[in-house]
Amino acid sequence: MEVTTKSMPYEAWKDNEYIESLVNELKENGTNVIVGSFDKLINWGRSNSIWPLTFATSCCGIEFVSLGAARFDMARFGWEVARSSPRQADFIMVAGTIVHRMAPVLRRLYDQLAEPKYVIATGSCAVSGGPFKKSYHVVMGVDKIIPVDVYLPGCPPRPEAMIYAIMQLSRKMKVERFFGGVNRKEKQQEFLKEHPVEGVED
Amino acid sequence: MADIQERIAGQFPEATFDTSDVLTVEIPDSKLHALARFLRDELRFDFLVTIVGMDWVEKMGCIYYLQSTSDHSRIAIKATTADRENPMLHSIADLWHIAGIFEREVYDFFGIVFIGNPDMRRLFLSIDWKGYPLRKDYDPSLNPVPTENERQSDFTDTYVEHSDGKVVKEQARVFEEDDFVVNIGPQHPATHGVLRFRTAVDGETIRKIDVYMGYIHRGIEKICEGLTYPQTLHFMDRMDYFSAHNYHHGLCMTIEQAAGIEVSRRVQVIRVIMDELSRIASHCLFIGTFCMDLGATTMLFYTLRVREQILDIMDKTCGARMTFNYETIGGVMQDLHPDFVKDVKELLAVLPANLKEYDKLFTGNVITRNRMEGVGKMSREDAITWSVTGPSGRASGWACDIRKTHPYSIYPELDFEQVVMHEGDAMARFKVRMKEIEESAKIIAQLIDNIPEGEIQAKVAKVLKLPVGHWFRTVEGCRGAFGIYLESDGTVNPYRLKIVPPCLPAAAAVDHLTRGQKIADLITIGGSLDYIVPDMDR
Ligand code: SF4
Repeated sequence: MEVTTKSMPYEAWKDNEYIESLVNELKENGTNVIVGSFDKLINWGRSNSIWPLTFATSCCGIEFVSLGAARFDMARFGWEVARSSPRQADFIMVAGTIVHRMAPVLRRLYDQLAEPKYVIATGSCAVSGGPFKKSYHVVMGVDKIIPVDVYLPGCPPRPEAMIYAIMQLSRKMKVERFFGGVNRKEKQQEFLKEHPVEGVED
Repeated sequence: MADIQERIAGQFPEATFDTSDVLTVEIPDSKLHALARFLRDELRFDFLVTIVGMDWVEKMGCIYYLQSTSDHSRIAIKATTADRENPMLHSIADLWHIAGIFEREVYDFFGIVFIGNPDMRRLFLSIDWKGYPLRKDYDPSLNPVPTENERQSDFTDTYVEHSDGKVVKEQARVFEEDDFVVNIGPQHPATHGVLRFRTAVDGETIRKIDVYMGYIHRGIEKICEGLTYPQTLHFMDRMDYFSAHNYHHGLCMTIEQAAGIEVSRRVQVIRVIMDELSRIASHCLFIGTFCMDLGATTMLFYTLRVREQILDIMDKTCGARMTFNYETIGGVMQDLHPDFVKDVKELLAVLPANLKEYDKLFTGNVITRNRMEGVGKMSREDAITWSVTGPSGRASGWACDIRKTHPYSIYPELDFEQVVMHEGDAMARFKVRMKEIEESAKIIAQLIDNIPEGEIQAKVAKVLKLPVGHWFRTVEGCRGAFGIYLESDGTVNPYRLKIVPPCLPAAAAVDHLTRGQKIADLITIGGSLDYIVPDMDR
């Protein structure tokens, strides 16, 4: 099964093996045919209108602003409805450095997102701490506090790279099982259990 | 300066002087406050540029940089204490409003307590942070990533000195007991980054704002102490990312002057053109986001059009749209792209029409005028005592442009005006920036046709060591005076690299400017001050 999106030729993608492994996982779990086509329909809809949370802590966030403006125009892809409230958003683009003081706040924002929810770690800082590897106050990668779906390196990544990352995310959505899609949820719960943040209701 | 030194020596016989860089007066802590008052009132050093906290291991202390707003000369006061367990100095928060915030920063990083400061809380780090990170003996393993929400407190400490000389710690309230406090931020679209305002309101009216920073404090100053000089440069791109060129310029210039490196005229010209291009791009983005905050969303798309054009120019020469890492010690990274001159001329050609369009769409608009005129008035005195420099300070009638007051590089040869307005309201701050775009374009037009030939990189030692000493230099960033305090102990790493950001005072002044105003005006005032949160937090 060739999973692609927005008329990108399948061969143009990187990381096809990863998506294929997800497809195989689906197949092994034996997707029921009827539910399968419902899934397809719903996923088609979902993956074409992913709404981001307006969330930017630093430099990378400015490129996210450029992404929204006329030149790169993310409205072409159905992502332009950037929401200021996590309750209305589908994914967080963690654009910028996350520091100790911000960590519990980010976790709370993540918890407030409505299911199904996704995270893109944007920029070296969010991926691994980036240039601030030696800092006493920077979290070395947001995957220490929330589960990450797509890693996007760069300092900052260009808007084109951001488009690519969100398209990867929509590809990932396409191979999800929406009905009875327990596998993803379970993994999420496991992650959250392993990384507890007290005082935040999950 | 000699007669100033004499006058100080006459009043304060215990003072000692150091003239290696800016005239520095060392004074025992007991006379610190008196000397500061004397300098402010008698010798008219009325602008507190910054307070540099220091840890020299055998003693700790602060260096206070002061500047005169009339003749722009600088002077520094140095006060130290040998007590590492309970280091204490006297506060000067009653002389300058901004000193209260600067002292909190020093307390946060070094643990030096200021006697008499009414609000001795940490500034960037959480209440439960262990240790003081900029001390030389700090152990980072003490503070893992927190797994619980930060403890909040409505109380602050003050240290009061009694007549017998004993210092007693007392508790004070941040807000009044019956205040209704609303949280704005850290995740809020109008705070321009992760800044938090704890706002005490009475209906719609703001009573007090407690500005809560540190949500993007990255510890750049401490990281730099472990890096070589060329390695420290790239952090300058990541604080105020719109002033990347200007900040780079500032640090390169400081290191070059310390090491005695000459840069070619070609490099100087390129740097100045890049600085001014950045300023145009930065002010364009300011106009866009500010208008968007006020509800005029489309303006963002108009202004980003010009910004993208500038980013393309940068992209061709520097290879990046942001975080250019372009200036190096003694030169620049790459030579100009062959299209550079042509592209810049195209930009200059379309700029006037764009500015006219902004004016037509926004400046004269009735809603705009109602929301901005007379809102968030800052007097010249306020701007000085809060150290609000840059376009925001100039909108209050304070001529504080470093390019004019402490000219560097080739600015003295250039013909441009310092834009100063006197209304001091949000509208003035907006208009100053509009005019500054024109002035920057004027500067670029003077240079673009005669970029001299020459080397783009001076010869610099592979392993760069600076002589023992200290230097304080400033440049004009897009948002105000950006300062670097550099202290070297003769090794390949800086002993201390203190960054003086223009945005910290701007954010600190929000409390003062919004008192008694409506909540909706908080957005206008905050937006018009145009602070960048990673810049103030570092
Ligand atoms: S990855 Fe680079 S550009 Fe992005 S937030 Fe970190 S330092 Fe800034």
